Amino acid sequence: MYVEIGHFALNLALALAIYQAIVPLWGAYKRDYALMTIAPSVAVVQFLCVLMSFMALTYAHVSSDFSVVNVIENSHSTKPLIYKISGVWGSHEGSMLLWVLILEIFSALLVFVGRDIPLLLKSTSLAVQSWITAAFLIFILTTSNPFARVISPPMEGQDLNPVLQDPGLAIHPPLLYMGYVGFSMAFSFAAAALINGNVNASWARYVRPWILCAWIFLTLGIAMGSYWAYYTLGWGGFWFWDPVENASLMPWLAGTALLHSVIVMEKREALKIWTLFLAILAFSLSLLGTFLVRSGVLTSVHAFANDPSRGIFILLILIFFIGGSLILFALRAPMLKSGGLFAPVSREGLIVINNLILSAACATVLIGTLYPLALEALTGEKISVGAPFFNITLIPLFIPIFIFMPIAQIMPWKRGNLISIAQRLLFAYGVGVFVIALAALIRGQPLFVPIAMGLAVYLIIGSCFDVYERLMRANSLQSLVQRALWMPLSVYGTSLAHIGVGVTLFGLAATAWGVEQNITLRAGDQVDLGPYHILVQAPLTRSGPNFDELILPIDLRDGARVIAHLEPARRSFKTRQMQTTEAGIYTINFGQIYISLADENAAGGYDARLYWKPFVTFIWIGALIMACGGCLSFADRRGRVALTQKLKSEANVSAEIAL
Amino acid sequence: MNMRTFIFSVVLTCLTPSMSWAVLPDEMLKDAHLEQRARELSSELRCMVCQNQSIDDSMAPLARDLRLLVRERLLAGDSDDQIRLFLVARYGDFILLNPPLKFSTLLLWFGPFSVLLLGFLVIWLRSRKYTQIMRPDELSELEQAKMSELLSEGQ
Repeated sequence: MYVEIGHFALNLALALAIYQAIVPLWGAYKRDYALMTIAPSVAVVQFLCVLMSFMALTYAHVSSDFSVVNVIENSHSTKPLIYKISGVWGSHEGSMLLWVLILEIFSALLVFVGRDIPLLLKSTSLAVQSWITAAFLIFILTTSNPFARVISPPMEGQDLNPVLQDPGLAIHPPLLYMGYVGFSMAFSFAAAALINGNVNASWARYVRPWILCAWIFLTLGIAMGSYWAYYTLGWGGFWFWDPVENASLMPWLAGTALLHSVIVMEKREALKIWTLFLAILAFSLSLLGTFLVRSGVLTSVHAFANDPSRGIFILLILIFFIGGSLILFALRAPMLKSGGLFAPVSREGLIVINNLILSAACATVLIGTLYPLALEALTGEKISVGAPFFNITLIPLFIPIFIFMPIAQIMPWKRGNLISIAQRLLFAYGVGVFVIALAALIRGQPLFVPIAMGLAVYLIIGSCFDVYERLMRANSLQSLVQRALWMPLSVYGTSLAHIGVGVTLFGLAATAWGVEQNITLRAGDQVDLGPYHILVQAPLTRSGPNFDELILPIDLRDGARVIAHLEPARRSFKTRQMQTTEAGIYTINFGQIYISLADENAAGGYDARLYWKPFVTFIWIGALIMACGGCLSFADRRGRVALTQKLKSEANVSAEIAL
Repeated sequence: MNMRTFIFSVVLTCLTPSMSWAVLPDEMLKDAHLEQRARELSSELRCMVCQNQSIDDSMAPLARDLRLLVRERLLAGDSDDQIRLFLVARYGDFILLNPPLKFSTLLLWFGPFSVLLLGFLVIWLRSRKYTQIMRPDELSELEQAKMSELLSEGQ
């Protein structure tokens, strides 16, 4: 019964979405207050409907209701509870439902949090948001119904793919979707601004928290996905330039550019048209990512039997929203007044450069991802675009960004002097050069490692410089504390986020210093691994809830001292007859020992890959720091509230004058 | 196994399809230098039955065959380029993860670069406009006359 209620709630949500997609827009067009005010309440009811639907599916999974096709295909009664819950979005249907749920969460949040947003902007944005919701609800209900039942339920389900039975599944997709879908807010706000023909600094102020929020989640989602791939895939790679990864990287690049350009718009009312374009672009790329992942075009080389109607449906959604928004943009953008002027050498100027490079990087990833598909479709010629292509094209693009990041932070708005700014950063350059020399002394080859490390350290120190200079203006301890407390959180946020980039860069550079061993292990073997060595114990077997595992216990030693006990394993899942690799990982001084096993070989040994990866955790710690920086900026409401009040009082004054 | 779920797992988790186990110890060459070259070459060659995986990373049987083939050619004394040419002749450009520069890949290699160039062009034009606004044209005769009039009034 509850399954049907869930299904019904989803249909109801669709009806409401269609209603909301039309009525508030008409209201906005006619400037009819009554029609516009329905938007917030309908958005909340819509959210409740989708939530109810999602809960129904979750309940079906948790209670192992094998009369539901989705549960049969993705669950098993012995599956641990956490995977029964996260398994809800472990299938195509469930993950699309999660997608729409998150879309609804954002719409509802806009209603609850955005009280000071003008009704016209709010109701138009909610209407645009509903267009997206409606499109995806139709998609779910017609091609991917998660509530389909079978007439004669089987006794047992087919279990979830073992690869997905990992805590990563509980965290990664929701985070990633919060990021992807979060950009829909920027999109809806941009579309609303274009529809209403009104965009100014206060628009930027309203939309910025949403962009920041989406960006934080996307950053965390990508980092989490990368770490998950790293520890489950078993050869220690963390980024594969896989089209699916690229699909998440593109919105991140566009979103990062947007995050910066919207600041220029908020502070200086410049780059209006460009910011609107980026807002449309970021979400369009999220949609493109959804299309690439969901349609099966990427896997077509495998000739997997996928449902082509789904691909075509999402393609239509994609064409409708991207095409529609770009047409709207082309029609309306030229009518917008351009804002504040700035000299080429100024903070705005540097942010423009940042935007240009990030856009070029985004274009590179886009072209690299789609080119083989397009070429094969047009000429039948098959080519591959892999990691080497992306490394060659993207690394040179990013170097100027790394160099300019600390400079941009202390560059004044409107007009600045590059040389005097660069002089203030002399200390950071010095330390950077020192690190290059030091790293080259420790280990000269390959040459790019010391250079990248130096760049990373320059970036970390240079990013602190703004905070340092602001604090150093204090002349007593008391005023120092005062300054530290009163400094806007966004200043700390910017510094922290930029430090995070440096930390990640350092981690990436250090991967080239890793040690890899590819050998056969037997009980009693001793192997050197970087600065440590390992001692192999006798293998043992163990049973988990829905799998058996073979473990090869290994002692990790530093000299004669045992510092850790690792248990790399091979798991065999009974239901699906699949095996997974559980790497044995131990973290020391930000580096990791990583051991992964293959099957027992004919000679009775275990083929294994052993790694010592110095500083490897910096890659993800850096992403966490970036996200923390984002959170600090997000928390900085002081400036925003004050400005909104100022705008309101200005509006009151002008209203009085008009009277 | 259910294909849809399989694809989904591949796709949702950003994972590549196989369960990851690549170069096995028995494949490796004794000569460390040759083995290093083999690894570097392998990481640029696509496992053609996998999704965007190099033969170095893939555990598909085809990848193993290709790894052995690469090592065989290396032992026979081929240079890296000879091995690449040999494989391209057999399997086409599809095997190269780093696509060659030719007519059909012009847009791929120069597309990103042209985006950057176009962007710089727009910025340059804009900054010229800025300089023009900041330094307006000289005053016309009429304006000059009016200004001196105003100035003399002030005195």
